[in-house]
Parts: sequence; structure tokens; C-alpha cells
Amino acid sequence: MEARDAMGAFGTGAAGMPPRSLEAPSPRYGEKAIQGLLALCAAVSVATTTAIVVSLLVPTLSFFGEVPIFDFLFGTDWAPTFTPASFGALPVVVGTLSTTLWGMLVAVPVGLLSAIYLSEYASPRVRRVVKPVIEVLAGIPTVAIGIFALIFLSPTVERVLPFFVKVPPFSAGVAGLAIGLMIVPIIASISDDAMRAVPGGLREAAYGLGATRMKVATRVVFPAAISGIVASIVLAGSRAVGETMVVLLAAGASPNLTFDPGVSVQTMTAFIGTTATGDIATGTTTYDTIFAVGSLLFVMTLAMNMVAIRLVRRYREVYD
Amino acid sequence: MAPYDCPRSERARLATAGARATTVGSLNRQPGGDVLKGNVFLALLLLALAVSLLGLTAIIVQAAVNGAPAFSLGLFTDPPSSLAERAGFRPALIGTLYLIGGVILLIVPLGVGAAIYLEEYADGTRWWNRLVELNIQNLAGVPSIIYGILGLAFIVRGPLDLGFIVAAGSLTLGLLVLPTVILAAREAIRAVPPSIREGSLALGATRWQTIRRQVLPASVPGIATGVILAISRAIGETAPLLLVGATTFVTFNPSFFGDDGYSALPVLIFNYATRPQDEFRVLASAGVIVMLIVLLAMNAFAVWLRNRYEQQW
Repeated sequence: MEARDAMGAFGTGAAGMPPRSLEAPSPRYGEKAIQGLLALCAAVSVATTTAIVVSLLVPTLSFFGEVPIFDFLFGTDWAPTFTPASFGALPVVVGTLSTTLWGMLVAVPVGLLSAIYLSEYASPRVRRVVKPVIEVLAGIPTVAIGIFALIFLSPTVERVLPFFVKVPPFSAGVAGLAIGLMIVPIIASISDDAMRAVPGGLREAAYGLGATRMKVATRVVFPAAISGIVASIVLAGSRAVGETMVVLLAAGASPNLTFDPGVSVQTMTAFIGTTATGDIATGTTTYDTIFAVGSLLFVMTLAMNMVAIRLVRRYREVYD
Repeated sequence: MAPYDCPRSERARLATAGARATTVGSLNRQPGGDVLKGNVFLALLLLALAVSLLGLTAIIVQAAVNGAPAFSLGLFTDPPSSLAERAGFRPALIGTLYLIGGVILLIVPLGVGAAIYLEEYADGTRWWNRLVELNIQNLAGVPSIIYGILGLAFIVRGPLDLGFIVAAGSLTLGLLVLPTVILAAREAIRAVPPSIREGSLALGATRWQTIRRQVLPASVPGIATGVILAISRAIGETAPLLLVGATTFVTFNPSFFGDDGYSALPVLIFNYATRPQDEFRVLASAGVIVMLIVLLAMNAFAVWLRNRYEQQW
């Protein structure tokens, strides 16, 4: 209707009437309101990040008012809930690195080899079935994986490799194995995507020069996809560092400053998980410790995620 | 064939055959080591694949075998108890239902709204839009326990001060899975070809009319898949709930805003698993199986949805 009016106005414009504009007759406030509303939805994510940073930072600053930052980062005695309390976080940091390390030792070879198979060897049909099945592994709740580690993996590993579980049932190594299983799909899935993004011409050129299938996979496709592969590993590492339930169930709660797979360790996440659920008065230094450890965890995972995001962007840009 | 050709063609045939044999021989002269190496490598690849598939099977089978003795109707109708034979998951199951209800109410409008904004309105060259994008990618990688801290310091206490209620748990879990929904919804919206939009706009529809009548209906299957996957993640999340007050010894059915405590399925499973008695571990395994059945069904439904309604433009 409005459009026809506008046309009519255009037609008669010559007959003395002022020509009407073809633009919308009303400013369309509704459209603008909707756009504003949608932008607000998107802004929620920024608000979330801000809220996370603020809720971590404020108690952390008050914590560092009590405990020198150097003592926190490099102290080797971790007993924040005891009296006298001691706040050297190195044992929980090393505990986290230990479970992550053992997890990566499982997940990197298994994930990468699975990815090479999926991308270079599997027929499209096999791939269409196997890849979603592996990804189901990523969807299993971590509490279920933790129970699996505690009830099944720990006694089994103890029988086969006694040095891996010295004080049953808790061990950093077993928790690491379970975490490794959990992050295999991340490495397999993202690396597979990265390797499949390598153009077919590279493969065909290598075959044309007489390379075998294995050579093509390992010497041509793998290096060409390296940034995506590294991104998948970094992302998996960040997931392993931030994992809570598996370590809470399978790694125990004794802060030991060691990479020995056979002993119990307390990770940063496990400390937060056990301490924040207990009855601790707000405002005490012990309560603030939760947030100081949380900040450290947040900074570590954030750094790893940023690296991964940057790397993924690079491989997408090169071959798209 | 003329007879006088015979000797020459015979010579030619022999020559060709000889040349072919030499060529084939030299081309196929792969060192035996390469064939062997290739096979060993393939075996390694299959072994790695077998390890991940076996791990998945082991988790499911182990829970089923260990949990089988505790599988009965009482599992769903009994409240927690200090006696394993009388303990069940009822308040926790109801608590999880409430939590997930709240999560859905939160993530569907917020997630889809943010995705529409980023795909349809945002100018990707503006720094604030790029910031939002980078921010969402980063949020997807923040450990779940950090969301627990956010819930504790910002939602339960602090600015929102909701207290330890189901709504606070829902809000925490909702924020945790929101990036998943946004990323999936964006993929789905991006898959709608621009020609559909241009056609609609050319017919005189406004931007929002185009989105509501053309883009959204076409991307519903993809968005639904993302929402289902996000919900299945929210169902299994335990760590943040530990911090925002999901307790374990709740024997009554919770309410959404009631502040007398609530429980959730994964939290109660965790609690049962950490008790020293073997009977409670059996119970925990039975709970895991209940949870896995629900999650696998949801995953299967999501995959089916994607395959059934995926549109080829």
C-alpha cells in the first residue's frame, strides 16, 4: 500500500506536487527496538566475562593484601584451611600440571593417530559413523568418567602397573588417564577437521612423486595442518587443566609437590571444589584463597584458549 | 590381420611386453621396508581408534554392570538415605528437572537473540562486535568450576544475592552453556543462503520480518540441535553446582525459588560415589546409567534431527 502511494507520488511529481521520498514513511521504531534487544542478548556474554573477572578480582586483591604474591606463587607449603595457615600454591599448581601431563601423554598420541585415520584412511562411510561415536565421549558427564576412574580404572591399573597407584585408590596417574580419555575427542575431532582442510592437490602431488600413503599422511598433510593440530592440543590441555570432577574423585585431596603418577595430588580445581562447598565464613583469608586459586586457573586457561583461537584462525584463513 | 604383419607384430608385442615389465618392475620397486612400515603405521592408527572406542564402551559397560544390582523402581522414587538399600534419587531427579527447565528458559531467547544479532545485524569490522565474538569463543573454554565461582560470588551472594536456590543454579548452568548455544545457532543461521534474505527484502519485508519469517524457520533444526546438546551438557555438569549450593541430603521435592535446599542428579551421584560403603558405589553407578541413557537418547535425537531436517539449498 505504502509502496503504491510512493509510486503514485513519483508519477505525478511533474504535475506540481512535490515528489515523495521512496524511503520508509515511518522511522520503524519497532525494528530499532528489536535490534537493540538482540544486541543486548549478545552483550550478556560480555557482561558474563566482566562478572567473572570482577568476582575473581575483588577477593583476590584482598587475598594478596594478606599474603605476598611471591609466597603464593612460589611457596611450597599448601595448608590454607589449617591453623597456622600456609598459602604456597606450588603443590596445587604442580598437582594440576601432573594430572594434565599424564592425561596429555594418553590423549595426544591416541587423538592424533585417530585423527590421521579418520582424515586420511577412513572411507567416508566409516568416518560418518566413527566420528560422532568418538564425539559422544566428549559428551559423557565428567562425574561419570570420574566414577569410572575410581571404581574400575584405579584397581585395574593397580594390578597391571603397581607403581601407578601406590596408595589406592587415589593417584594422579589414574586421574590423568581418565582425563586423557575425556579429551581424546577434542584432539581427534579438531585435528581431523584441520587435516581435511588441507587441499587435495597437495596429496595428489605427493602421490604423483611416488610417496606412500603413510608418507603423504605424516610428511605432507600433518605438517600442512600443524596449526590446527597444535590448537586442538592446546585446547585439550586447557580442558584438562580445568577439569574438576575426575580429579576430585580419582586424584584425592593431598597436596603433594610431585609429578609422581602413583601418589595422590590436589589440583587447583579440586581445592576449589572441596573448599568452596565446606562451611567457610565469607571474608576470611581462607575464603579468599578460593578466588586467588580461581584467578590463577582462569588466567592459565584463558592464555591457552587465546593461543588456540589464534591458531585455529590461521589454518582457516590459509586454506579457505 | 594380414599374414605378413605377423613377425613384426610378434616382435612388437614382445618388445612392448618387455618394456612394460621393466617399467612396472621399476615403479613397483618399493623397498620392502616401506610396505612394512605402512602396515605397522596403519595398525597403530587402528589401535589408537580402538583405544578411544574401547574407553567409551568401558565407561558405559562398567557403569551398567556395577549399577545393575541397584536398578529398581525405588531408584526413581526413594529419597536419599543413610541406608543404601533405601536410598534413591527422587529429589535429585526433580531438582535436575527444575534446573534444566530454568536453563532452557534462559538459553533459548538469549542464545538465539545473540546469534541473530551477530549474524544479521553486527558489522564485523567494528571493534565491539569483534570483541563480543572473541569473548564468546573464550567463554566456551572457561572451566566449569570458574562458572561455579561466578555463581557463588555474583549470583548466590554479591550483586544478585539470590541465595542457594534452584534459580541461582539454573542461571549459573545457563551462562555456562550459553556460548555453546550461540555458536550452534550462528552456524545454523549462517547456513541459510543470502538469496533467501535478498528475495524477502526485495519483496518489501523489513529486516526483522525477513529474519522472523524466513531465516529463523529455516534454521530451526540447527538451533534445536545446538540447544539439545547444550542441555545435555547442563544435565551432566557437577562442579559449578557444588559451589552454588546443590546439596545432597535433600529428602523433599525442591521448588524453583524455595531456599530450603535442592539437589541435582550428578551432585547426588558424586556424593554416593565418595561414600565408603560399596553399596553406595553401586547406587552411584546406577545413577550414572540413568544419566547416560538420558544423555545418549538426547544426543541420538540431536543427530537424527540434524540429518532429518538438514536442508540442501
